[in-house]
Amino acid sequence: MTDALASSQPPVEVRGLVKRYSDLIAVAGVDLTVEVGDVYGYLGPNGAGKTTSLRMMLGLIRPTAGTVALFGRDPQASVRALDGVAGFVEAPTFYPYLTGRRNLELLAAFDGHGAPTRIDQALETVELSDRASDRVGGYSHGMKQRLGIAAALLRDPKLMILDEPATGLDPGGMRDMRVLIRRLAEQGMTVVLSSHVLPEVEELCNRVAIVQHGRIVYEGRIADLKRSAGTTYRLSTTDDQRAMAVCRAQHGIRDLRSDHDKICFTADEEAVATLSQALVEAGALIRALVPGTATLEDLFFSLTEGEDGARPVSEPEPVEVSR
Amino acid sequence: MKSPGVATVYRWELTKLRYQKRTYLGLGAAAAVPILFVVAIHFRHDRRGGDFAFASYLTKSGLAVPLVLLLFGAVWLFPLITALVAGDIFASEDHNGTLKTVLTRSLERGQIFGGKALAAATYAVAAIMLSGTVAVVAGSIQSGFNSLQSLSGTIVSAPKGLELVYLGLLVYLIPIAAIVCIGLMLSTITRNSAAAVVGTLMISLLIQLIGILPGLSGTQPYLLSTQFNAWQGLLRTPTDWAPIIHAAWVCACYGLPSLATAYLVFLRRDVAGG
Ligand SMILES: Nc1ncnc2c1ncn2[C@@H]1O[C@H](COP(=O)(O)OP(=O)(O)OP(=O)(O)O)[C@@H](O)[C@H]1O
Ligand SMILES: [Mg+2]
Repeated sequence: MTDALASSQPPVEVRGLVKRYSDLIAVAGVDLTVEVGDVYGYLGPNGAGKTTSLRMMLGLIRPTAGTVALFGRDPQASVRALDGVAGFVEAPTFYPYLTGRRNLELLAAFDGHGAPTRIDQALETVELSDRASDRVGGYSHGMKQRLGIAAALLRDPKLMILDEPATGLDPGGMRDMRVLIRRLAEQGMTVVLSSHVLPEVEELCNRVAIVQHGRIVYEGRIADLKRSAGTTYRLSTTDDQRAMAVCRAQHGIRDLRSDHDKICFTADEEAVATLSQALVEAGALIRALVPGTATLEDLFFSLTEGEDGARPVSEPEPVEVSR
Repeated sequence: MKSPGVATVYRWELTKLRYQKRTYLGLGAAAAVPILFVVAIHFRHDRRGGDFAFASYLTKSGLAVPLVLLLFGAVWLFPLITALVAGDIFASEDHNGTLKTVLTRSLERGQIFGGKALAAATYAVAAIMLSGTVAVVAGSIQSGFNSLQSLSGTIVSAPKGLELVYLGLLVYLIPIAAIVCIGLMLSTITRNSAAAVVGTLMISLLIQLIGILPGLSGTQPYLLSTQFNAWQGLLRTPTDWAPIIHAAWVCACYGLPSLATAYLVFLRRDVAGG
C-alpha cells in the first residue's frame, strides 16, 4: 500500500459525478471531498441517488460523467484504488450455501495482505463468533449486516464506505452499529456513511452532504448548517390568528406554520425581538415563546422541501424520513 | 504473503462448487447415465446389435460402452452437464447479489473472470472423465475388458483400446470447450442461470438442426455439432487426424468469440442491484 500517497490525498474526491439510466438521471453532478478523519454523512430521501453515488465510488458502476478519486486513485481504472478502502452498498451479500466464516475466508483470500489473519478478530468485533460456523443462508438480516462490517474490517481499511448500515436493525442493533462506527472513527478511520435516518447522521457525522434528486443541496459542517438555518421557535399568544398575520408580515421570520395550537417559525434572535414588540402592538400578547434546537431533520426539510412542509419541531424519537 | 490472483479465484470457485447441489446433479447424471446404459445392455443382450457404430461390440467389450455413450450423449447430455455450471457461474453471482461483494476486494474483474472460466472448464472435464471412467468400469463388468474392433475393422487390444477411449474423451472435450465458452457468454449476458443453461443447450441442439435442413447440408463440416464426432478419427487405422484438427479450429471459431464477448461484458458491466 502506498502510504505516502494515501496521506497526501483526500480519502474521497468526487467531481461532477453523473449517472444516467436512459431517461432517468440518478446522480446529477455531485461534487464532494471527504477529508482524513471525517465521519461523512451522505444524506437523502429514498431514490436521491445515494447508493448510486457510492457504487461509483467503489467502482461497481461506470459514471456517465465526472470522476471519483480515492486517495487520489481512480476506482474505474483498477481495483488497486480500493487498497485501504472497504465497505458495501445496500445490504451486504454473501454466498448463502457457505458458512459465515468460510465466506470471510473467501473474501480474505481475495484481499491478500494478511487479511486471513484478521478473521477471528473481525468476527469478535461484530459479535458473530458463535454463529460463524452456520450457513449464511440462515442468518437474520442483522447478522448479515454485521457480517458485512466484519468483511469490511478484514481489509484493515483507512476509509470505510457504508450504505445505510443501520437499515433494518432493531434499536439495539442500531445502537451497536453507532457505537462501532464511532469507535472506528476514534481509531482514525475515515467513514462515509449514507443514511436517511437523521438522528444517526447527526450523532455520528461531523460533515454531511444532503442530496436530493441526485443533486447536493448542502455540503459542509452540521454546526454551520444549524447556525445558518437559525433557531426554531414555538409561539403561543392570546390571539393566534392575529399573531399569525403579524408573523407573516415580519422580516426574518421563516418556515412559518401553525401546529397543534402553536405557531412555529424559524428566525434569528434579532428578528424575534422585533417580532415580540410587533405582537404587543397588534394586541396579541405572548403567552409562551420557546426556542427549540433545530434537528438535522428540520434542516433537511427546510432544504429539500422548501417552505411549504408543515413539520413538528424537534421530536426526540428517531424518525425515519421516508417510507 | 502471495498476492491473490486467478489461482485464488479458481481455488475458491472449486470450493464453492463443492457446496452447491447443481454440481452433484451434473456429476450424478454423468455417472448415472453410463450405469443405466450398461443395465439396459444387460437386459437386452439377446438382441443382436443396432445400426450404429460399436453396437455389435457392446456385449463383447466394455470399452465399447464409453464410445457409444459419446455417440449418443454427444449433442445434449454432456452439453447440458457442462452448461449446468458454465451457464450458472456468473449468473449465480447475480442471483445472490454477490458480485459487488467480490468486486470490492483486491482482485481485478479480469482475474475473477479467469478463475471462474477455468473452474467451469474444470467441471466439464471432471464430468466427462467421470462419465467415461464409469462407462469403462461398468461396461467391463458387464461385457468384459476385451479387445475392440476399430471403425476400420481392425482389432484393437484392450489396453490400446482403453488408451483410445481416453484420447477420444480428450478430443470430445474440444467441442465441449466451445460449449463452456457459449455457456459463460450467456451467463454474463442473461445474468440468469436458467436462461443461460437452457440457452446453451438450445444453441447446441439448434446448430445440429441446421445441418438437417434441406439445402444446408453443405454447412455440416462447420457446425459445432459435427465436431462432437471428431474423436472417431482416433478409432480408425491409421489414425485419422483430419477431423480432429478440423474440430480444433472450428470449435475455436465458436468458442473464442463467445469467450471474448463474455470477458468484455463482464469487464464493462455495471454491478447494480443485489
Ligand atoms: N440499475 C438501475 N437502473 C435504473 N435505474 C436505477 C438503477 N439504480 C438506481 N436507479 C434509479 O436511480 C435513482 C437513485 O437510486 P439510488 O438507489 O441511488 O437511491 P438511494 O438514494 O440509494 O435511495 P434509498 O434511500 O431508497 O436507498 C432511483 O430513481 C432509482 O430508481
Ligand atoms: Mg440506497
